[in-house]
Amino acid sequence: MIYFNKAPWFFCAVLLALPTTAALAGEARSGYEYIKPASRAMQDDDFENPGLLAVERGQVLFNGKQSGSGKACADCHGEDGASLNTRDLARYPVYNEDAAEIVTLQKRISRCRDTNTGSKPLPTDHPDLVDLETFVRNRAIGEAVNVQTDGPMAKLLEAGEQLYKTRYGLIDMACYHCHDVYPGQMIRGQKISQGQGNGFPAYRLGTGEITNLHQRIQQCLTLMRAEPFAADSEEIRLMGLYVMSRSNGLRIETPAVRY
Amino acid sequence: MQLHKNLILVLMACLPLTGVASGQGGLPEDYCRWEVEDYAIAEPLCGLAGDVQRGQEIASDGNRGNCLACHQLPIPGIEAYGTIGPPLAGIAARLSVPMIRLRVVDTRNINPVSIMPGFYRDPRLINRPGEEYRGRTFLTAQQVEDVIAYLTTLK
Ligand code: HEC
Ligand code: HEC
Repeated sequence: MIYFNKAPWFFCAVLLALPTTAALAGEARSGYEYIKPASRAMQDDDFENPGLLAVERGQVLFNGKQSGSGKACADCHGEDGASLNTRDLARYPVYNEDAAEIVTLQKRISRCRDTNTGSKPLPTDHPDLVDLETFVRNRAIGEAVNVQTDGPMAKLLEAGEQLYKTRYGLIDMACYHCHDVYPGQMIRGQKISQGQGNGFPAYRLGTGEITNLHQRIQQCLTLMRAEPFAADSEEIRLMGLYVMSRSNGLRIETPAVRY
Repeated sequence: MQLHKNLILVLMACLPLTGVASGQGGLPEDYCRWEVEDYAIAEPLCGLAGDVQRGQEIASDGNRGNCLACHQLPIPGIEAYGTIGPPLAGIAARLSVPMIRLRVVDTRNINPVSIMPGFYRDPRLINRPGEEYRGRTFLTAQQVEDVIAYLTTLK
């Protein structure tokens, strides 16, 4: 037989009982601290940051009449979202008691759009929805991420953490390996960050596209030569929730510039 | 600090427990069995002989071995490499060929907490492989032997 019995499994059962925080060093740090100075400068410059094009597209969609209806998001939320509560925006993803599910900011926007403006529903991560998500999240720039971690969220976060610590794909690593154990190390010339969610939707230099958190997680899974979790699946929502909760306290940077 | 590091290592050992292989497909027909003895694999995979030049190409190719993602290799002109694994210069002076073979084939047989991919790991142990990678090994047996032949030159 080619596989031995491995004694370390035995210790595992015991050590799993230890609080994982014992092994996690230090506090949350934004991806901003890990990117090259040139990318930081690009993010900070309102003329250079390519993500702001998505914000502008989202702004037009927000203020304009939605297709097939006479209503605009701005009719309820003010021109440029003036009456949106940025504190509440910083809490996404949130838990919806009635539907007993995790609701991302994009889902919330999408539902609002469908029910209140009567326009044709768009599929998850449709470019218009990502643009709207980017615009709305950008309203709360500078606000501290504040995802609920108690109540019904506690169990969901545990499930998300479990997924985050599972190995996937031919690369056979977990998110945890790269983003908790090796931040600061190089992976083929790229500095690994903590994989935080506070900059999303972000402009990716690597793909030249505005990318939301779920899409970024899917891209990491593809990089791991794994089957990415589908848009809207329970798994991608749990992972997105867990990743964003790790960013609690970090300032929203949308649209961040990232590799 | 050392204790801290050890704790991380042991905790990482627990990760595979949560990553139950979903058992997609059987073994590929051409998969060659290998035996571990004394933390090494003595016999070349499928009895194949490796080629040094091809091995170096595979090791530095991002779509194949991609060893440079994590390791530094003494190949002139390479700038982007990783610092996750130890540099591999002089590896053949530190490890015998059969020992190197096990590290490349499936190093988790010696170190269950390792993050290094098993380049000839039993595909049934892979959790959620991408569609196009199902039932496949990371490298072919020939490619693994080529990489080993190359590493053997790093004295
Ligand atoms: C093999 C290494 C590796 C693994 C495993 C990995 N990632 Fe990443 N991830 C990266 C690299 C490299 C980047 C780009 C640089 C950076 O920001 O860390 C990145 C970026 C990210 C970002 C963007 C961070 C930012 O500020 O822009 C998020 C979020 C993320 N990863 C989440 C995940 C999740 C969730 C998983 C597991 C499904 C995962 N990653 C698995 C290497 C990895
Ligand atoms: C995702 C990261 C990663 C990749 C990709 C990777 N390795 Fe490794 N490798 C490691 C780490 C980390 C170690 C340290 C020991 C351990 O974790 O078991 C290691 C250890 C080794 C060792 C033993 C080194 C020693 O000094 O004992 C050899 C040999 C090796 N790797 C060869 C390779 C080859 C050849 C490839 C590509 C075909 C490769 N590695 C790809 C992460 C990686």
